[in-house]
Amino acid sequence: MHSPSSSQRLEGYLRSDHRKGIRNYVVVAYLVECAHHVAREIVDGFRGQPVHLIGFGGCYPNAYADRMMHSLCTHPNVGGVLLLSLGCESFNRRRLADAIAATGRPVNTIVIQQNYGTRKSIEAGRAWVEQALKQIADVPRVALAVNELIVGTVCGGSDATSGIAANPAVGRAFDLLVENGAATIFEETGEMIGLEDVMSARAVTPELGRELKMSVEKAARYYKVMGHASFAPGNAEGGLTTIEEKSIGAYCKSGDSPISGLIKPGDVPRHGGLYLLDVVPDGEVRFGFPNINDNAEIAELIACGSHLILFTTGRGSVVGSAISPVIKICANPETYERMSDDMDINAGKILRLEATVDDVGREIYDKVLQVVSGVPSCSEELGHQEFVLTYKSFEPIGPSCLPA
Amino acid sequence: MEAQQNSKKLLQIHKNDNVVIVVTSIRAGDHEVIDGRDITFTQEIGIGHKVAARQIKAGEKVYKCGVPIGSAKEDIPVGAHIHLHNLKSDYISTYTRDSDHAFAK
Repeated sequence: MHSPSSSQRLEGYLRSDHRKGIRNYVVVAYLVECAHHVAREIVDGFRGQPVHLIGFGGCYPNAYADRMMHSLCTHPNVGGVLLLSLGCESFNRRRLADAIAATGRPVNTIVIQQNYGTRKSIEAGRAWVEQALKQIADVPRVALAVNELIVGTVCGGSDATSGIAANPAVGRAFDLLVENGAATIFEETGEMIGLEDVMSARAVTPELGRELKMSVEKAARYYKVMGHASFAPGNAEGGLTTIEEKSIGAYCKSGDSPISGLIKPGDVPRHGGLYLLDVVPDGEVRFGFPNINDNAEIAELIACGSHLILFTTGRGSVVGSAISPVIKICANPETYERMSDDMDINAGKILRLEATVDDVGREIYDKVLQVVSGVPSCSEELGHQEFVLTYKSFEPIGPSCLPA
Repeated sequence: MEAQQNSKKLLQIHKNDNVVIVVTSIRAGDHEVIDGRDITFTQEIGIGHKVAARQIKAGEKVYKCGVPIGSAKEDIPVGAHIHLHNLKSDYISTYTRDSDHAFAK
């Protein structure tokens, strides 16, 4: 078992559901695009302070978006929540506010139409956030063990180096995390196309194996209707030719641990192990692409309880996220030289034959513990807080998906 | 294929692969020994791109990391760059900016 290079004691913010956060943010959440500007103006008054902006832009109800907002607003990294409603949208703001209040977190709802419009709502919102920050400053900090962590991984701006350097190194880091009792989540079943049999064989039960295979077949059907796979032109410029080839690269982020479960957005793993997050909607093809960009996937990983995200890139993505820190692992040594300010880990060393996959895997593991201890990741330091949430629809997971 | 292990520019990931990966950009005029043949590259090939590790026939599966990543569209000689022009997905065709856009048709 690999232990951290510094044997420092990790601490987390204790929440009423016994989960522990690694950050203590006030979240300002708009409940329709019409409230977005007011929410952003409130957040802009707290630059450099732990205040993050999230929201859902749609005016019409959606069970998935509702569940996502509940999961995100009660995420262990969140200490308090300000909800921004225009007033006429269909989002059930009272139910969300009640759910947040039930966890003991400070919560307030500002309805712009009832609060005399933009200017007064911004003033009221800033005043509330000001006092919420003071209120959550004394949330108890308690010892946090690695086996209480949930770590998600995603790749974005991939090129062919992602799959041969950064992703296998994240796989090694995932193996170390799982060995130490943490829960790890990989995702994007659309990027498992071509690997359904290889992956199913790793399931802890044959029933789960069948569920894993079915989730990939669903993704393949979905993308076929959409007309093309999870494949951007930059992927081809970077040397990737087919979706199967991209899949292999994406898949190796999962490491070599057995697969303990299949979850959907909002399902939180209850014990350690490796989980596949099914991000492709159920039922007929509706609402467009499963995830319109990398941040939509990151938001789903966070809704599944991820404390932080390991993000691999080859072409050079710069994004971070609201709520959970994003650690960037750069596979391409040429990209790293150009964009090192944005990159936490240089996995390009593997291609330069200066480090092994195992070396970089351990380096990522140590970086995880460092960020957990409070050291900001590059994207956090640079102020990245991207967030996106769109319409989707899911059926609940079946009984075979989470074998005890 | 022993020669590739001495190459600093080409990496074979899995023993069953019929492609090698460029890990340091290849320039026109560079030489590499692949499958016992002395190959002189006539074009630049970037990091991450694939080169045929042996002769691959039209219709044959192309293997990377020991897993099939699609089928050859034409006969591919050893040392040739393998990409969209000579390899296709067995699942879903690949979209590029030069593809006809579905909405533009």
